[in-house]
Formats: sequence, structure tokens, C-alpha cells
Amino acid sequence: MITFEAFYAAPPALTAHAPALLVVGPLIGACVAALSPNSRWAWMISVGSTIFAVWMALCLAGEVARQGVVNYYMGGFAPPLGIAFRIDALGVMMALLVSSVSAAAALYSGHALDAEVRSSKHTLFQAGFLLCVAGLLGLVSTGDAFNAFVFLEVSSIGTYALIAAGERRDRRALPAAFNYLIMGTIGATFYVIGVGFLYAATGTLNMADIAARVVTLGDSRMVQAGFAFIVVGLGLKAAMFPLHGWLPGAYAHAPSLMNIFLSATATKAALYLMVRFLFGVFEPGSDFAYHFMAWVLGPLAGAAAVICSIQAAFEKEFRRVLAFSSVAQVGYILLGLSIGTTAAASAGFLHLLAHALMKATLFMAVGGVALHFRGRTLDDFAGAGRDAPWTMAAFATGAASLIGIPLTAGFLSKWRLIEASLAAGQIWMVVVIAISSLLALAYAGRMLEAIFFRTAAPGAERAKEAPLGVLVPLWILAGFCVWFGIDASLPESIAIAGAQALMGGRP
Amino acid sequence: MNTGELLIALALALPLFAAAATYAVGRMPDVRETLTLVSAIGLTIITLSMAVRTGAGDAPQLVMARPLQGLELAFRLEPLGALFALMASVLWGINSMFSIGYMRGKREPNQTRFYVCFCFAIFGVMGIAMAANLFTLFVFYEVLTFSTYPLVAHKGDEPARRAGRIYLAILVGASVTLLLPGIIAVQAIAGSTDFVEGGLLQGKVNLDVGGILLALLVFGAAKAALMPVHSWLPTAMVAPAPVSALLHAVAVVKAGVFTIMKISAFTFGPNLIGHMPVAQWLLWLAAATIVISSLVAMRKDDLKARLAWSTIGQLAYVTSAALLPAAAGFAAGGLHLLAHAVAKITLFMCAGAIYVATGATRVSQMRGLGRRMPVVFFCFLVGALSIVGMPPFAGMWSKFLLITASFGSEEWITATAMIVSSMLSLFYLAPIAIRGLLPPASDAAPVEFVRPGGAPGLTVAPLVITAIASVALFFFADEVIAFLVPVAGAAP
Repeated sequence: MITFEAFYAAPPALTAHAPALLVVGPLIGACVAALSPNSRWAWMISVGSTIFAVWMALCLAGEVARQGVVNYYMGGFAPPLGIAFRIDALGVMMALLVSSVSAAAALYSGHALDAEVRSSKHTLFQAGFLLCVAGLLGLVSTGDAFNAFVFLEVSSIGTYALIAAGERRDRRALPAAFNYLIMGTIGATFYVIGVGFLYAATGTLNMADIAARVVTLGDSRMVQAGFAFIVVGLGLKAAMFPLHGWLPGAYAHAPSLMNIFLSATATKAALYLMVRFLFGVFEPGSDFAYHFMAWVLGPLAGAAAVICSIQAAFEKEFRRVLAFSSVAQVGYILLGLSIGTTAAASAGFLHLLAHALMKATLFMAVGGVALHFRGRTLDDFAGAGRDAPWTMAAFATGAASLIGIPLTAGFLSKWRLIEASLAAGQIWMVVVIAISSLLALAYAGRMLEAIFFRTAAPGAERAKEAPLGVLVPLWILAGFCVWFGIDASLPESIAIAGAQALMGGRP
Repeated sequence: MNTGELLIALALALPLFAAAATYAVGRMPDVRETLTLVSAIGLTIITLSMAVRTGAGDAPQLVMARPLQGLELAFRLEPLGALFALMASVLWGINSMFSIGYMRGKREPNQTRFYVCFCFAIFGVMGIAMAANLFTLFVFYEVLTFSTYPLVAHKGDEPARRAGRIYLAILVGASVTLLLPGIIAVQAIAGSTDFVEGGLLQGKVNLDVGGILLALLVFGAAKAALMPVHSWLPTAMVAPAPVSALLHAVAVVKAGVFTIMKISAFTFGPNLIGHMPVAQWLLWLAAATIVISSLVAMRKDDLKARLAWSTIGQLAYVTSAALLPAAAGFAAGGLHLLAHAVAKITLFMCAGAIYVATGATRVSQMRGLGRRMPVVFFCFLVGALSIVGMPPFAGMWSKFLLITASFGSEEWITATAMIVSSMLSLFYLAPIAIRGLLPPASDAAPVEFVRPGGAPGLTVAPLVITAIASVALFFFADEVIAFLVPVAGAAP
């Protein structure tokens, strides 16, 4: 984390309240955006608030680098009464990820909204987006199990509305949003039930306190039931296989801004919360947690990595391919986490960062082309490489990272995952990762083949190069995909710090 | 940055720069192609000076980046790598001349993409040749795979795209499922993947684990086309002739056997290889590959397919050399790598020249054609005899030394396979040239030129150069062996 001391530049008064400002900034931004006169203003507010959030996340990173853990009590009231924020290296990792992806998405939205969302809804759309950002940032910085639920719902409600806003381009966005609403609500309810069980058993909602008391309870059925509810609930939100049914529709039909934001952050944030419970709250050495990870989480993650990659290979629509691939990639991350060592967890987090980066690149490239182009399927994209070379070259960079081609971020994270599985003696995981990489080659290769090696059917609508305002953030993301493939010391140091904070010094 | 570091950086940067510049001037074919030739000459100068330094014992090295803790993107030259880099850059230049003649003669589309991908492929080859550890080697191995895919699928029609898919599926499939886990396992066992004189794993693994690793790495390097991972090579013959000539006779396939040689010499070391039962089984498999591929080649009527099957067999010679217990075979393997490259590129360029001039692709169409194209068929004969192992051609020394080394280490099966396949190659290669030069059969006239004036001069000149090189190498084989002795550890 030493790297971030360099970014540590803010007045002390601001830094002291960074945990609150991180969430409050976008929240206020949301209110102002809703009231702003036109879409131009709303866009600027959106960009400003997300950049402010990035700044605050960097301040927090500096603080965490110096102190290890930042505890912040809202209004100065200590935990049993007040709301506690607790941010460690893992929380900082997620805060940085969420804020920077949201800033890139906000920049991008200046062009995208005009093409995809009714102009009367632009201000509300930006407000919903900022609400979503605020919810996710709160989720990753809170230390309270119930507040986490509140923030999760804040972000989810924003998400439902934003997915539905895709209806102008694709009416299927409406059922997809409704589907997600139902599934997401079930997930949130399960989570709350689980938290309720834990509260009944331990008498507290503060995660650190729950963790301290769960240990003394021993083999308690109530805690185990709570554990099951929480994992299923968050699994739904995180699109953990086989609870991912809502995701392809939601990704495929939402406005492209939401594709970028959802795929890079929303499921990851739910995953983060699940990881917090798995390793931070429940006794990690206990038989129950061990058996869950070895016999439920690991195999399901492996199944996701293989089965969803196969599904992706048979999909015809670009965004649906990418959506199924997301579920498969979440499988990789969970594979790493299910091993249960610090090295494996850091490999999982490294893949989480790499995947966020490459999926954002891919969705932004597809979205950028789709601004003036109604094509959706592989056939529609035939010959797009000739018509939109810069956009599609960025797409190819992201796809290369998805496959795990050397000199891209995805290769190094896969290397670490395989290394961790070998070190743990889990040969089957190596096999799963290898097979799934080949399937990734198949589905990404199909897209690239259509783009670069086929010619457009005569008379078909031709793709158009994305405008400069899209190309710049797009190539920044693609550039990071390559940079982190040559020198991944920055994301790795973040991932290692996060894993160490999570595991608390266990091997 | 000292001179050695600068040379390595230049050897990597130059092909990348050439790729970017070629793309930029893509609309001006003359400038574009001059650029390729100039880059090839520049790269030859760089690799030559690297080879001279390596020979003088002052091997250049450079650490480019540390992607993750414990992993280095690092380069260090040793004689075998220097030889490979030099060979690839010289032949790139010669083959570029041929490409210009061929691509213009055939009026192929997408020529800019073609030249750009070639530059990327050479970039991959340079990285492979100079890699200081298995990690770096793997990175550039994959660069080479992906940069050559557009070349294989160049035509863009359904059969070409299908061939491209098979090409990628087999090469990437093997490298991801076998080579990559093998390399990561080496990293886990030894703590690094560096190429170390005498063998990184020496004393660190038992024979069982070592055997599994060796099998993973050898089959993972599917570019070496050891059976059963050979079938991508005949499939890749849908590519234009210059691609087959440079990539599927020189760069890609030689990168495969080069990888195996590096693994054998520096990851396992001759001591470990000599005691591993798996190495023995792999030797038998290589012997089987040598014989079977020669038999298949005899039955192929398509000229390029026949050459491809012959390549599979010749690659297995080098693989055998890498796995022979006697260190003497190793330098002979290095020499064979060179001699076969020069001879096979000649043959492929002949096939390309014939195709541009007449459109003929089948051996049966070529009877009497040598009367019209005497230079091409005469050079074909030179290349063929070098492959067979006749004096005074380069292939004779490497085969002689390889067979002697096999006898020396009592590998009777390998020695027999090599002798048998030399006989067979005499039957499947030499008659093409001889029957071409003989008068045509009375009942059928030879195929007509489809291009007025026959093969363009730019397609004929390069193959004459490489044919002469085949003869010249016969007289300089000793120098090559002496150059390689530091790697091999012993002179044959």
C-alpha cells in the first residue's frame, strides 16, 4: 500500500472525514442532479461527484496505508449507538475500484445517454446513477451488517431503475429490470433474514463484534442458518452460479453505461460483502466454514467457470456473450477465494481487479460502437473492425485480457490463480481454469473473428467509430489492461494488502 | 543502459516499430515494402552483433519488467538463442523479398495486415530467442501464436477461417492446458523459471515429478509438432506461400523445437534428462513421428502438404536431439535446426513460385514443368537433397552427427528411424524436381503459365539465395558447431 502515500494530498480536515464524504458526496450529487435544469448540468454534476469520490478514495488509501484500519463514527457516536464505518485495505481496494469505474462511466455517459435514454429522463438517470454509486461506496466502507443491507438496497433500487431506462433502445429491458427486481429483492430479504439470525444469536449488528461473539457460541445452529441465508442472499446479488439467471438479461438490455458499471462493480461489491462474512465474521477455522468452501463454494465456482463459458460460446448477441462470461469470471474469483489461503485470496482479488478493468473496456467498446449502430448479434458486427478500427482495437485488447493472452492483465491474474491452486494441491482447479480459458478463447475468438475476418453483408448497416469523448476513456481503460499485463505490481500490492487485511495474518 | 541491453531493446523495438510504421504507410505499397526490407536488414545487423558478442562470451542481458513478485520479463542471450534470432532475421529479409513478389503477383487483398502481422511474428520470435526464463518465453510464444493466426486465415473465406480456428485451438489449447501449468509448476518447485546452465531442476525433483513435468512441457510446446499434437501444421497450409515458407518452415515450428531444446538444456539439464524414463519414451515417440510423417508425406499429392508432413518429421529430429542422453547430439540438433530451415524455406518458396506462375499445387501437375522454370526446379532439387542429407549440402552434416550421436548413446531405434526416413525423403522429395526437369510425358503437356512471363523475378531471387546458402553451410558447419559448444557442453 506504500504506493498510495504519493496520492495522499488533501487538507487534513477533509481527510479526517473522508469515509463519510466518500458516500455523502455522490449522495448529495444525486439530489442536485435530480433537480438540475437539463441533461448537460446533470452530466457535469455526475462527473464532478464521481471524481470527488475518487479523490476521497485516494485519501482513504493514504490513511489506510498509514494506520492500517480507519474507524469512523458518524457524528462522533460510538458503535453500539452510532453508525460505524470501518475501512481496511480490502475496503479501500473496492472503494478505489467503484469510484474510478464510476468516474469512467460518468465521463462516457455524456455521449451514451443521448443515444440510449429518453432525453426527458436524463437528469433522473444521472441521479439514479449517483445513488447507485453512493450505495456501493457505502457498502464497501461500512462496518455494520445492517447498514450494509441499507446501502445494498440503495444501490439496487438505483440499478433497477437504470436497467429499465434501457427501454428506449430495447423493450426487453423492462422485463429484464423486473426480473432483476424480483431476484434482487429475494436476495436482499435473504440477507436481512440472515443478519436477523446473527443478531438474535449475538445481540449486535457490528461485524467486528459479531465475529468476536460467534467464536464463543461454538457449533450453533442459529449462526449456521444465518450463514446460509446470507450466502444465498448475497450469492443472488453477486450472480454466483447457479443464482445468475437474472444477470444476462439485465446486462444485455440495459443502457451501455450500466453494462460498464454493473459488470465492473455491482456484482463485485456483493461478492465483497460475502467475502467479509466468509472470512471476517464466521470463524474461518471452523469445520462448517471449511466444508462450505471446499464442497460448495469451490465446486460451484468451477461449474460456473466451465458451464457459463460454454453458454457464452453458444450465445449470438454480443452483450449476452459478455454477460455469461462475467458469471464465469466471477467463478474464477470464487475459485481463488474458496482455497482459503492468503495467497489464493490475493490471486482472486487480482483477478477481480483485472476482470473489472477488462469488462469495462469490452462493454465500453461495444457501447461506443452501438451509439450510432443498432447491431447486436455477431452477424451484425461482421466487418466492424474495418469500419471502426480504434474502437474495435480496444475491444480486442479487452478480449485478449479476457482470454488471458500474455502481456494483458488477465494473463497475470490467471497465472497467480493457477499458482495458488497448485500450491494448495488443487489440481482440478488448474484443469478447470485451463478448460475455461480455452472456452474463453472460443467465445472471444468468435467475436473477434466476426469483427476482423468477416466482411459485412452487402446492404447491412455499418458500424461507426465511437466519438472522441468515448474513445479517450476507452483507451485509458484498454491501456491499463496492457500496462497491468506488463507490470502488475500496483494492482498486486493492492490485492495482497486486501487479502492480508481480510485474513488477518493467517497463511 | 549498456550496449548489450541496448541491443536487446532494439531487437524487440524494431519489429514493433516496423509494424506501426507499416500500418501507417499502408496506403503506399512501395514505401511499405521498402520499410519491411529495411527493417529486416536492420534487425539482421542487430542480431549479428548480438551473436558476435555471445560468441565472445559477453552475452547481452536485460530485465525489462517485473510483472508480479517473483516473475521477471527478462532476456539473456546464449549461443542457441543467438543463432535462432540471427537465422530468423536473415530469413525474414529474404522471405520479405519473396512476399513482395508473391503478394503482388497474386494481387492478394489485405496486404498491409499481412506485413504488420509478419512484424509482430518476428517480434515474438525475437522474444522467444532471447528469453531468460520460461515465463518470458511463454509470453512471446503466445505472441507468436496470435500474431500468425491472421496470416493463416489470410484468405478470409470459410476454409481459411476454419483452418485458423484449428490452428489456434491446437496451439493455444496445448499451451494453456499443458505448457502453462507445467511452467507454473516449475516456478512452484524451483522458485523461479530461469534458464540455468546445467539445469534449474537438477536435484530439485525426483524422476516421477520430473517426468510428468517434461511430458507437460514437451507436448505443451505444440509448435514442435511432435505427434499427436502435429495436425495443426498440415492444416495451416491454407496460408499464402510466404507464410508457409517463413513461419511454418522457420519461425513458428522452430520456436517449438527451440523451446524444447531450451527446456531440455536449461530447465532439466542433460544429467536429469539422461536418467528420466519419460525422456526415453518421448524419444521413441519422436522416432515414430519421424517414420510415420515420412510415410504420410509419400502419399500426399499436394506439394505444400507434402512439405508440411516432411517438416513434422524433420522437427522430430531436433526434438530427438534435445532428448538424447548424449550431449553430443545437442549441438547437432542446433545445426539441424539451421540446416533444415534454410532448405525447407527454399522448398516452400519454390512451391510458391510455381503456384504464382502456373497455379499448380499438385505434384502430379508438375511433370515437365522444370523445362519452363529450370532455376526454380534446380533450386528445389538442392533443397530436397539437403533435406535428404546428401553432400555437399548443409543437411548432410547435421544428419550425420545426429545419427552418430544416436548410435553413440545406444539409441538404436532413433538411429534406425533417422536412416529410414532419410531414404524415404529421397523418394518423396527428389522425384518432384527430377520429373519436373525430365521431358513431359508424351500424352500430356505441362501446365501453362497463368501469369505472363512466369514467376516474378522477386520470387525467384530469394530461393536462389537460400539454395546457395544450403551449399555454403556445408562448408561452415564446423563453425556453427563450435559456436554452439558452450550450450551443448560437448562437441560431437
